Amino acid sequence: MQVLAFLNAILTLNQLNQVVVIATGYNSCNYIFDSSTDLNRNFENGRMPVMSSSLLQKLEEFLIKDEQLSKGEPEGRIKSSLLSGSLSMALCYIQRVFRSGSLHPHPRILCLQGSPDGPEQYVAIMNAIFSAQRSMVPIDSCYIGTQNSAFLQQASYITGGVHHKPQNLDGLFQYLMTIFATDLHSRSFLHLPKPVGVDFRASCFCHKNTIDMGYICSVCLSIFCKQHKKCSTCGSVFGQSQSEAASASDKKRKTPET
Amino acid sequence: MNNGGPTRINGGAEEDDDDDDMNADLDAWERTYTDERSWEALQEDESGLLRPIDNTALYHSQYRRRLRSLSSTATAARIQKGLIRYLYVVIDLSRAASEMDFRPSRIAVIAKHVEAFIREFFDQNPLSQVGLVTIKDGVAQCLTDLGGSPESHIKALMNKLECSGDSSLQNALDLVDGYLNQIPSYGHREVLILYSALTTCDPGDIMETIQKCKKSKIRCSVIGLAAEMFICKHLCQETGGTYSVALDESHFKELILEHAPPPPAIAEFAIANLISMGFPQRVAEGSISICSCHKEAKVGAGYTCPRCKARLCELPTECRICGLTLVSSPHLARSYHHLFPIAPFDEVPPTLLNDPIHKLQRNCFGCQQSLINPGNKPSLSVVCPKCKRYFCLDCDIYIHESLHNCPGLFSTLNPKWVNLASNNFALNPFDKAQSFIQHPIVQPECQSVFFKHDQQISPSDALFSQKVRKAWTVTLGKQFNYSESEESIERYNLGLTERFCRGNKKGLSDLCLLDFSDLLSFMPSRREAAKKKM
Repeated sequence: MQVLAFLNAILTLNQLNQVVVIATGYNSCNYIFDSSTDLNRNFENGRMPVMSSSLLQKLEEFLIKDEQLSKGEPEGRIKSSLLSGSLSMALCYIQRVFRSGSLHPHPRILCLQGSPDGPEQYVAIMNAIFSAQRSMVPIDSCYIGTQNSAFLQQASYITGGVHHKPQNLDGLFQYLMTIFATDLHSRSFLHLPKPVGVDFRASCFCHKNTIDMGYICSVCLSIFCKQHKKCSTCGSVFGQSQSEAASASDKKRKTPET
Repeated sequence: MNNGGPTRINGGAEEDDDDDDMNADLDAWERTYTDERSWEALQEDESGLLRPIDNTALYHSQYRRRLRSLSSTATAARIQKGLIRYLYVVIDLSRAASEMDFRPSRIAVIAKHVEAFIREFFDQNPLSQVGLVTIKDGVAQCLTDLGGSPESHIKALMNKLECSGDSSLQNALDLVDGYLNQIPSYGHREVLILYSALTTCDPGDIMETIQKCKKSKIRCSVIGLAAEMFICKHLCQETGGTYSVALDESHFKELILEHAPPPPAIAEFAIANLISMGFPQRVAEGSISICSCHKEAKVGAGYTCPRCKARLCELPTECRICGLTLVSSPHLARSYHHLFPIAPFDEVPPTLLNDPIHKLQRNCFGCQQSLINPGNKPSLSVVCPKCKRYFCLDCDIYIHESLHNCPGLFSTLNPKWVNLASNNFALNPFDKAQSFIQHPIVQPECQSVFFKHDQQISPSDALFSQKVRKAWTVTLGKQFNYSESEESIERYNLGLTERFCRGNKKGLSDLCLLDFSDLLSFMPSRREAAKKKM
C-alpha cells in the first residue's frame, strides 16, 4: 500500500511523469502496470482507485502464476528474484521511451528488493548495470530484506543512483518519498544517504578469500590469490617468463584455439 | 579525390560522385539535385500522401547480416578473445589529411571519430590501454603514451590537429614497434593506422619494417581515407590485421568502431600469463591527500594502492609508484560479456504472428511495444532461439549491442538454467552458487559438453551422472571449493580435462562431437591406467 501511494505521488508530481511497474518473481517477471496505457487514463472514475485495483489485480495474477511455475522446482535452491531479467526489461522499455523521445525523458529505475542476491545472475546483472550506465539511467535501489544486497549497492554506485536500506519498514512510504521521489536535478541540492563504501574488491577463485592483490589469468580473467602453473578455469598454461613460455608455448598451450 | 577538372565551376559543392563530368554542363544548383536525387527518398503511401521511405527494415537487415557474420565466426569456433589489448592509434597528419573530400576536412572527421572510438574502446576493453601517434612532415611522433584514461588522449589529440608535409608509414611503424616491444607478453599488441595519404616517404626498406612488426607480433590494421594502397594491404595481410578504405563519413565511423570490440586472439601473439593486479579500496569520503597521478591535493574520493599505499584518482590504472595494475571487480565483469555472447535472434516470418497459437505474444517482450503495425499489418520481429520470446527490431539491436542479456532468458527460471549453460552463460546449478558472486566464469565449451551429455544419460543412469557431475565440478576448477576429496574423482578430472583439451586442439568447433559413449568407456576402465600414469 505504501508503494502504491508512492506511485501515485510520482504520477501526480508532474503530468508528464510515467510509471511502469515490473514484478520480479523467483521464476518469472512481467510488466504489471504501465501508466501510459489507456486503461489508466480514466479520469471520471477517479484515477487513483482504477490504477490501484488494476495493479493489485495484475500483481495477484502474477503471484499465482509465479507460484505455479515454482511447483516442479527442487527444494533447497536459494530463492532469489530474477533481478537481471527485470532490469533488462526495464532497460528495453527505457530504450523505447528514448526512441519515441520528444519529451527529453529522464528515466530512472528503482529496484525494491527483498530477497537475497542470486549469484548466478552476476554476469547478467553486471551487463544490465553497464548498459544503464551507458545510457545514463541511474538505478536507485531500496533493499527491504534482512541482509544487504551487494548487487544493488554496486548497481546504484556505478550508475550514480541512491541505495538505501530502510531501518524501519513501517515508514517505507516516507523513505520512498524523501529519497527516491526527487528528480535527478533536485538531487544535487538534497542531502541524500551517502553510499557507505561499496566493496569492489574481488575474491579469488581458489579459496574465495577477498583479496587486495591477486593474479589474473590473461585469457579468461579468473582471479587467483597466488601464482599457479595452469589456469583452473580455462586450462591455459602460464609461461613464467617470456622466453620460457615462448619455447614451451607450442607444446603446452591448451587454450581453445583454432 | 577532387579531380579538379577545368569545367568545374565550384570546386567542392555537393558532388562526390564519379559522374561529375557528365553533369558538368549543368548549373551548380541543378547538379545538387541530380546528385542527391532527393525525390527517391520519398514514397507514396496507400492514400497517396508522400512520406519518407521507411529505412528501418533495411538498416536492420544490414545490421543482422553483420551480427550473423560476427557470431558465426565467434561462437562456432569459440575463439579466444584478446581482452587485454595495447593499441596504438596512428593518425596521419600529412598534407593529404587536410583534403576536403570529407566534410569539413578529413582531419576533422578523423578527430571526431577517433574521440568516439577511444570512448567506445575503453568502454568495451576496460583493461586495455591506448596510445596516440601522429605522422607529420615525414616524422612519426608519439602524442600520448599508452594509458587508460580516455580524457587525456582526447585532450592531447584535440590540441594537435595541424596537417603538413608527407607521411611515412615506416617511421610510424618503427616508433610503435619500439614502444610495443616493452609491453608484457600477455598483452595483445595492435596498431590502428588511419591513413589519408596515397604515398609513403620512407627512409629505408619498409618491407623489413613489416617483417619486424610481424616478428614482434603486432597486429596492424589500416583504415584508408583515400584509395586502396598495396603497401597497406600487404602490411595488414602480413600481420593479421584488417585493411579497409572508407567510402564516406558514416562508413568511416563504422570501420573505426569495428576495431573497438576485442578481436579474436591469435595463439602465438600473446602468451597466457598470470597478471599481478591490485584491487584498491575506496578511501573514505572527505579525506584530503595528495594523489600520485596529478600530484595535487584532492579532497574526497580516491583509491589506495594496496601495495604501496599511494593515492590514485581513478581506476583502472597502473600505480605510479610501484607499477601494480589496479582494477576493480566491475572492470573485470565488464569484459565478461565478450566471453559469453548471446545468441543472435531468429527472424520471424510475419505470417506467424497471425497464427492463433502465437496470438499471445503480440507485444515485444522487452519494451511492450506492439508488434502489429497500425494497419494491422504485422511488422518484422525476431525471436530468441532459447526463450522463444518475441522482440521488436529496436530491442534486438539494443540487446545485442549494449545490453548483452536476453530479457526473456533471464526472466524465466526453471530447470532451463541448465540449458542456459550451453548458451554460454556462466552458470552451474550444481555447486554452491555463492561462490559465483565475484567470479562467475567458467569456460563455456566445457560446460556445454557436460550438460549436453548429462542430459542424455541422466534418466537411465542417475548414479553415473552424479559421478560425472562431481568429477566435472572438480574439473571446472577449485573455485567451487568442492569438498569431495576422493582420489578417484581427481583422476576422472584429469582424464576429462585431458580429453577435452585434446578435443580443443583438434580444433573441433563444438566439443559435443566427443561422443559420450567415448567418455563412458574412458572413465571407469581407464581410471587404473590414469592412476599408473600419475
